[in-house]
Formats: sequence, C-alpha cells, structure tokens
Amino acid sequence: MTSVVSAEHLGLTFKTNDGDVIALSDVNLTINKGEFVSFIGPSGCGKTTFLRTIADLERPTSGTLTINGQTPDQARKSRAYGYVFQAPALYPWRTIEKNIALPLEIMGYSQTQQAERIKRTMDLVNLSGFEKKYPWQLSGGMQQRASIARALAFDADLLLMDEPFGALDEIVRDHLNSELLKLWDATKKTICFVTHSIPEAVYLSTKIVVMSPRPGRVTDVIESNLPKERPLDIRETPEFLAIAARVRDGLRAGHSYEETV
Amino acid sequence: MNAQWQNDVYRRGDIANVSATQFVLDTWNQEKPVLPTAHQVFGELWNATVLVAPNKPRSLVFHAWVTFSATALGFLMGSVLGIGLAVLIVHNEAINRSLMPWIVASQTIPILALAPLIVVIGFNIFTGTFGIPTDPARLMSKAIISAYLSFFPVAVGMVKGLRSPEAIQLDLMHTYNASPSQTFWKLRWPAAMPFLFASLKVGVAASLVGAIVGELPTGAVAGLGARLLAGSYYSQTVQIWAALFAASILAALLVIAVGVVERLVNRSMGARPA
Repeated sequence: MTSVVSAEHLGLTFKTNDGDVIALSDVNLTINKGEFVSFIGPSGCGKTTFLRTIADLERPTSGTLTINGQTPDQARKSRAYGYVFQAPALYPWRTIEKNIALPLEIMGYSQTQQAERIKRTMDLVNLSGFEKKYPWQLSGGMQQRASIARALAFDADLLLMDEPFGALDEIVRDHLNSELLKLWDATKKTICFVTHSIPEAVYLSTKIVVMSPRPGRVTDVIESNLPKERPLDIRETPEFLAIAARVRDGLRAGHSYEETV
Repeated sequence: MNAQWQNDVYRRGDIANVSATQFVLDTWNQEKPVLPTAHQVFGELWNATVLVAPNKPRSLVFHAWVTFSATALGFLMGSVLGIGLAVLIVHNEAINRSLMPWIVASQTIPILALAPLIVVIGFNIFTGTFGIPTDPARLMSKAIISAYLSFFPVAVGMVKGLRSPEAIQLDLMHTYNASPSQTFWKLRWPAAMPFLFASLKVGVAASLVGAIVGELPTGAVAGLGARLLAGSYYSQTVQIWAALFAASILAALLVIAVGVVERLVNRSMGARPA
C-alpha cells in the first residue's frame, strides 16, 4: 500500500495576542491509498487544522508533511486533492452545473470535457436533473452534494472533507453517509473526513483518528474491522458498538470529556 | 410669503375691500411670486417642455439634455475611476494605506469652491493646450466635476464589495490554485455586483449634482444649473422651481435607469426574486 498522506512530528502553533496556541503537537500519521480516515475529537483538538494543513491552507511550524511524496504546496499546485468545506460555499450567481464547472474552468478543461465531467459527477451524487437550478433553489443536503460533486469533478485521488454534513439534520445525514460510502467504493478515492459524531466516524471509516485538545494531538488510531458492505443498521451490531466504545475511551483518555475551565 | 407684494399691488391700484378668497387667489397667480404655487410650476414645466421645440434655449428638455450629457460622461469617468481604485486598493495593501486617506480627504473639500477652478482651468487647458472646440471642452470640464463627486461612493462601495466573498470561498479558489485574475473574475467581481449597483445609484445622483454645480458659478449659458442661475438673476422664481423639478425628475430617471440595469444583471446572475 502506498501512503498518500504522511505526517512526522507535525506541529503547528498559532501566534495570537493572548500568547501562542498550540493547534497541533507531534502528530505522526500515515494515510494509505484507498483508506477512509475519520478525524474525531472535540472542538479545538486540531482536526480541522490538520485537514487544512494537508490542503496547504495552513503552514506547519515544525515537522514534515508529505502528500503523494510532495510538499503540501506542490500537491496543491498539482491539484492533488478536492476539498469539501463545512458550508457548501456554492457561488450563488452560478447554476449547479456552472458551480461544478468552476474548478474545471480554472484548470483549463475544454468545453466537451467539462460537460462530460459535470454529467458524470452529478450522476455520482444523484443530482441529475438539477443542472440548471441555482443554489438557493436546492435544499441544504442537495447543496452539500453539489459541493461534493464539485470536489470530485477534476478527479483528484484525495478527498478532504471538513464536517461536510455537520449542518444537516440527522435523517439527511444518514442518507448522505450511506451515499458517501457507495461513492467511495465506486471511485476508490482516499478520503479524510473530519467529524464530531462518533456514530458517523465509526460507520464511515476504515481508520479512526481520535484527537484531543490543549495541545491538539492524536490520542488513538483505531483500525476498523467492519465489513466494507455497511447497511445503516450495522450501527446496532456489537462490533460497531465495540469500536464506538473504543473511540469514547480514546476521547476520555485525552480528557475531552472534562469540564474546561 | 406672497402677501406683502399682493398688498403693495392693492395699495398702488387703490383697490380696497378685497375678499379673503380673492386675496388668496391673487397671491396664487402673481407673475413673479416669492413662492410659486404648484400649478404655476407645473404650468411652466409643461410650457418649457411640451410646448417648446427641444432645440430652443427656452426648452427645459434642451437644458436637461446639456446637463444629462455632462452627468453621463462624468458618471462614466467617475465609475471607471472608482472601480479602478477599488481594484488597486483590494489587491495592494500599500495602495490601500496610502491612497484611502487621500480619497476620503478629496471629499472633504467643498465642491462649490473647487468647481469654478476646475471649470475655468479645465476649459482653458482643453481649448488652449489640446485645441478642443469650446462646446466639448465645456462638457469635459463639467464632467470632471461630476466624476469627482461620483467616484467616491463607487470606490468605497466596490472596496467593500470586492472584499465581500467569505473566507471559505477564497479558500476554495486557493485549493484550486487559481490565479489572482481568475479569483477576481470568477469570485470577487460577481460577488461585488450588489455593492456596485448600490453605490452606482448614489454615484449617479452625485454626478448630476456635480454637473449642475459645474454650471452654476461659471457663466454657463446652457444646462439646468445655468437655468437656475438665470432664474435667480431675474427673480424668475417659477423658472427656478421648474428647473429644480426638472433636475429632480432627471435624477429620478437616472436612478431608475441604473435600477433597470441592476435588475437585468440580477436576472442573468440568477438572483432569488425579491
């Protein structure tokens, strides 16, 4: 297995007026090709910061981080990843298909390539028929699906997702989770997924990275032994609950459940 | 306000025992009233627009056109200048810090003090140095004052507009490794559109004020400002009021025109119908 993301002694400190904030401290992690890795932890544990560091949206202050053997900057310039934000961040003046075309326009794909990719990714996220709609005409769940399609459109092998379903209600979230698994299976992509929901992390992942705050660090890495085929009711099985319990233990070991003063 | 004059008229004509109704009617129909009534003003408006050929100097349409052409030219120059400055300010922190105080300072100078200077100097430079005929030179001088007044709201509005995209929308462009010009045309510019039209509406009204001010103190013979000035020289209050109404109608039409363009742009950008 080839490693897609590799972090060694990675640290990141934000300088603020109130003193330094250690967002990441001594993070060692390898993510292999085709894995579905969830990052879970309370707010302030650095899970989003880690994702942003992979995406070259933040610069690490110590340690090394490579993506496909390249620096984050090189990886970004070679368009190695697609990023899905917490909010859909669709451009309101563009139709759904034009929003998906945005990265393709920027990367200089031809009109025919654009049309072909828009069709393919819209099929993939079950949005066919909504090409000419504007974002405000779609529900929150559909908007987030469009933003996933946008991240998939240019065929990056790595998909970075920062709490993409955090703002959605649980019914829509369950539905999108199972769709995301199918999509992952169909595209064979490597996915890094930030969440603060334990069931979501266990349901989706092949590997769960438990993080804790002050300083932001990795407290446990759990390999999931759940089968690849995961119906939604897998969440009532003992295996599922055992992994969820271990995630909870990891969070507790990182003092994540303690009252913060 | 017209009572004193009316009493003088009665005294001179040895007219006594005027009924209250007659008195009021007479004050409403003086030839040179201090305060004209609505029917006099609208009568003058009607006479000076519909009943006079639009190419005669007595026609308000003629004067409105002269003022409008200076306004339009000045508005165009001011908008382009304002947008250009905003683009520079958003993309360069040094320019932001060095230019912004000057832009604000420029608007603290009373335009009424500056207008004669600009018109006289501008007119002489245009006719002398560049050898431009007098009419276009006069137009250009007024347009400069228009532009001077209108670039400010446009610049301030556009700076705000070009900075309006959210952090994640900018991050998104960063993850695509988009060039600054791609970020500008695909994100900042369309995001700034609502701000642009709000400030254009302020700007177009300011342009009109600029053009009229440019006509006031400089002995201009044509334009609504010249009409206002001539009216006040000859105590033609009806003419002043008619010119004022013509100016406000022109301003309303200009703002409506900007609004129409805004609606067309909104529709093409898929804005949610309000």
